[in-house]
Amino acid sequence: MNTLARVEDLHISFGGVAAASGISLTVEQGEFLALIGPNGAGKTTALRMVAGLLRPDRGRVFFGERDVTNLPAHARVRLGLGFTHQIVRPFYGFTTVENVMLAAGHHQTESPWRALASRSRAAAREKAQAILERIGLGAQAGQSPRALPLGQRKRLEVARALALDPKLLLLDEPLAGLSSHEATTMADLVRALSGQGITVVLVEHNLGEVLRVADRLVVLDAGKVLAEGLPKDVMARPDVRQAYTGVI
Amino acid sequence: MSAYIASLVSVIGINLILALSLNIITGFCGQVSLGHAAFYGIGAYTAAYLAKLGAPLPLTLLAGAAMAGAIGIVVGLTSLRVRHDFLAVTTMGIGFVFLGFVRKQKWLGGELGISGIPGSGLDPVSYAVLIVAFAAAVMGFCLWIKHSWMGFTFDAVADDEDAARTVGVNVSTYKLVAFGIGTALAGLAGGLYVYFARIILPDTFDFVQSIAILTMVVIGGTGSVWGVFAATIALTLLPEVSRAAADYRLLIFGAMLILVMRFSPGGLASLVRRKPA
Repeated sequence: MNTLARVEDLHISFGGVAAASGISLTVEQGEFLALIGPNGAGKTTALRMVAGLLRPDRGRVFFGERDVTNLPAHARVRLGLGFTHQIVRPFYGFTTVENVMLAAGHHQTESPWRALASRSRAAAREKAQAILERIGLGAQAGQSPRALPLGQRKRLEVARALALDPKLLLLDEPLAGLSSHEATTMADLVRALSGQGITVVLVEHNLGEVLRVADRLVVLDAGKVLAEGLPKDVMARPDVRQAYTGVI
Repeated sequence: MSAYIASLVSVIGINLILALSLNIITGFCGQVSLGHAAFYGIGAYTAAYLAKLGAPLPLTLLAGAAMAGAIGIVVGLTSLRVRHDFLAVTTMGIGFVFLGFVRKQKWLGGELGISGIPGSGLDPVSYAVLIVAFAAAVMGFCLWIKHSWMGFTFDAVADDEDAARTVGVNVSTYKLVAFGIGTALAGLAGGLYVYFARIILPDTFDFVQSIAILTMVVIGGTGSVWGVFAATIALTLLPEVSRAAADYRLLIFGAMLILVMRFSPGGLASLVRRKPA
């Protein structure tokens, strides 16, 4: 497999508290990688540094062969890095389909002058509607995100990221707050996306679903990589069990 | 058209350009600005100064718009650092800095402003028609923006900047473009005002003027081109309706702002349709 993204020796501190202390990992093309670990392990922080929403104090982020460490988040999105927030962030002033349309028309919004010259939204609407149908939100296209329950808002977040045609999809706790049934459905959806050729990095606390759908695990603890490998191998390690569950 | 009507039409046209220009920044892109009159003033002072040096009208208008737009982009840089109420206070400060500066500049006439500005070469009626033509062009431009991908993206930036970044929007650039276009158009209004009034005074561009422009936008419905159009005409004509309305203009504007915020935060536009367009 080819390496799609890699981070080298990422460090970041908030108010003197280290959230990442030398995280290094690679993401292979086409894989479904899950980042797990106890609360405060640095999972979301690591993901946000890859997405460009946080700037590391030290270390490098590569996407393909390109060093993207100093690129802002929007520029990384345009290279093919999709991201979903842990706490859903739809545009509440837009309808569901408009939320996805803005992402679907990302070529139009690349420069303000191109955006000013472009008026037709038909192609973006068609693409957005198709993506909503694909993830089971077709019937909600005309609704405000305010009217959607959390599970559907989480799907909307994924739909918006998909509309950007990502090569790498970074998902920050997409199962958080969902019922058991909703979590299973969402995990299946993400697994299906991975099967369609999109490389996925998932940060998630729902260990049962993670072990069911992920190809590979990276376990973080106290801002460092504790272990990585196949799920069954990783979870068999005593140090992982201790760090993650508190028991050996 | 009588001279009175021509004067009234000119004022409406200038106010319309001003209100629509602020609507691009505040209504479309969601960036609060309480110092918009400063850019109106920058355009006016630039045009007046050049006019007195003998520059022709097209050049003075262009220079006024360019100067206001350039300084507007610099001020817009602050919007990349601060948001919401902090941005409101910052832009309000810009207005005071502008007034404090021009009042102390002898070459700009100090407290007495600039007088003896040459005429436009047009009679009052023709000049009013020219102003209306500019106002119509600005209105058409605003409607174009609103329905373009730029307007769609401005809406996203106004809604949630961080979410906009995650769909690939360069939020900083879009904000600066909004400030640049909006302040350049305010500068254009200032240039048009110069040839209409033939004299400019610092107080014409004070904080009260900024609030008056904002009132037109808020009452019309922030982000709504037609709402701002209707509110600007209504509020400009209001002091003409009665002497009392003229005397208590600020009181009435303030009361209207409070009533709109309480009963129809989306302004006139929200009374017509649910979502401004």
